[in-house]
Amino acid sequence: MITTTHPRWSISYIAFILHRLSGLALALFLPFHFLVLGLAIEGEAALDGMLVWTEQPLVKFAEWGLVVLFALHLMLGLRVLILEWAPWSGTLRHGWIMAGCGLALICGFGFLAGVV
Amino acid sequence: MEARLYALQRLSAVVMAPLVVVHLITIMIAVRNGLTAEEILSRTQGLSIWAVFYVVFVLAVAIHAPLGLRKIMVEWFGLPRRGADWIALAVCVLFLGLGLRSVMAVTGASIGAAIGGGA
Amino acid sequence: MGDQSPLKQNSETVASDQAALKVRVWRGADDGHFDEFTVPARENQTILDVVTEIQHQHDASLSYRFACRVGVCGSCAMTVNGRARWTCRTHVRSLKTNEITIEPLSNMPKIKDLAADMSGFIDKWGQAGNDFSSDLSRHDAPAKIDPTSKKRKRANDAIECINCGVCHASCDVVRWNDDYLGPAALNRAWSLVNDVRHNKTEETLAAALGPGGCSNCHSQGNCMSACPIGLSPTRSIAGLKKMSLLAMLGVKP
Repeated sequence: MITTTHPRWSISYIAFILHRLSGLALALFLPFHFLVLGLAIEGEAALDGMLVWTEQPLVKFAEWGLVVLFALHLMLGLRVLILEWAPWSGTLRHGWIMAGCGLALICGFGFLAGVV
Repeated sequence: MEARLYALQRLSAVVMAPLVVVHLITIMIAVRNGLTAEEILSRTQGLSIWAVFYVVFVLAVAIHAPLGLRKIMVEWFGLPRRGADWIALAVCVLFLGLGLRSVMAVTGASIGAAIGGGA
Repeated sequence: MGDQSPLKQNSETVASDQAALKVRVWRGADDGHFDEFTVPARENQTILDVVTEIQHQHDASLSYRFACRVGVCGSCAMTVNGRARWTCRTHVRSLKTNEITIEPLSNMPKIKDLAADMSGFIDKWGQAGNDFSSDLSRHDAPAKIDPTSKKRKRANDAIECINCGVCHASCDVVRWNDDYLGPAALNRAWSLVNDVRHNKTEETLAAALGPGGCSNCHSQGNCMSACPIGLSPTRSIAGLKKMSLLAMLGVKP
């Protein structure tokens, strides 16, 4: 049997967890996103019928969360690409993790500003 | 094979990175006055650069997302690699189907309406 | 073993401002348990000293591995307060607590007490195509390698690994995916594919890029932050990934 090691909650480990969980959330959301947009096949009215739901606070909140995770996933993904492909810097590119959190916050506020 | 899938995962990410930036900006603008079909469709309808944009986006995400899910299935849910491969392939097909259908719906409404009306 | 330990003579002074250490030590195999020991805190004391003191003063049946005691051999790696480390190079003081939990290395079956079964780890080392191979013999002249060349520098960055298993024990992907060869094996593969004397580069690369190979790594960096001598298996694996990508795009390594 293999026993547990307690993951040390280093910044790069947290980045991995956030990257993976945000990716998972986005992947689970995607089919619904496609299905809703697909309603446009039946015409504008069908799509609008579903889009009224996006005015619900809970749905708005979920949308907001997805936008934040989307921005975060983008930045953490760019970090991995740079970590793996750019000339080795000797670091785990923590700056990109911070920038990712920053952009996620900016997008979160941008979304809020648009909605409220 | 594993190395090929790695390359596909990363290259699809490279393709998507600029698309995601545009998509995020589009979301910010689109939510300003509430989401309406009219607003979405007036932007995307007809043969435009948006059709190409979304087709590429769907193709890339249909590669990228299932490969990520595959790793999660193996590493976190203990699925055997073979099983995870097949599920990932099924998700890829599902995303391609639903994704391309939705692109068709928002870009070619006239074709879409014809199919929808005929059904 | 270790009968020249100074601890028996109690020559070191017990630091007056420190309480005794509460030490939980893993006993038995995988289905084992923790035993608790109280050990005097000393001015200058490594975790290996603590383990040795427990074996000498409290329970002679305690099993653990060590050899050099000075950070050369890599035998004494254990899990200390949740983190894999060389016990001989870990000062009790650096833990900043008097409560210490000592377990064998993770990601390996436990044999007895603080000794983990490292055979799976060593096997994976072999599976990564990590045997050096050359057509030359002792009768040939030594290879001339420019120390400033790119390949030599890359090999140099990875070559100091002494197989202690700390990175392997610290890697989440090793724990999650039985097929994964792990950071140490892939780090070795990276030093080999950059060794111009090695004549089986293709084979080594094929193993490093296989189902258990480098593409499983998610660049969490645990191996890198855990390595007692500051190597970066993350970098080595990234190098292999890049090589695999370039090979796919038609660029030969």
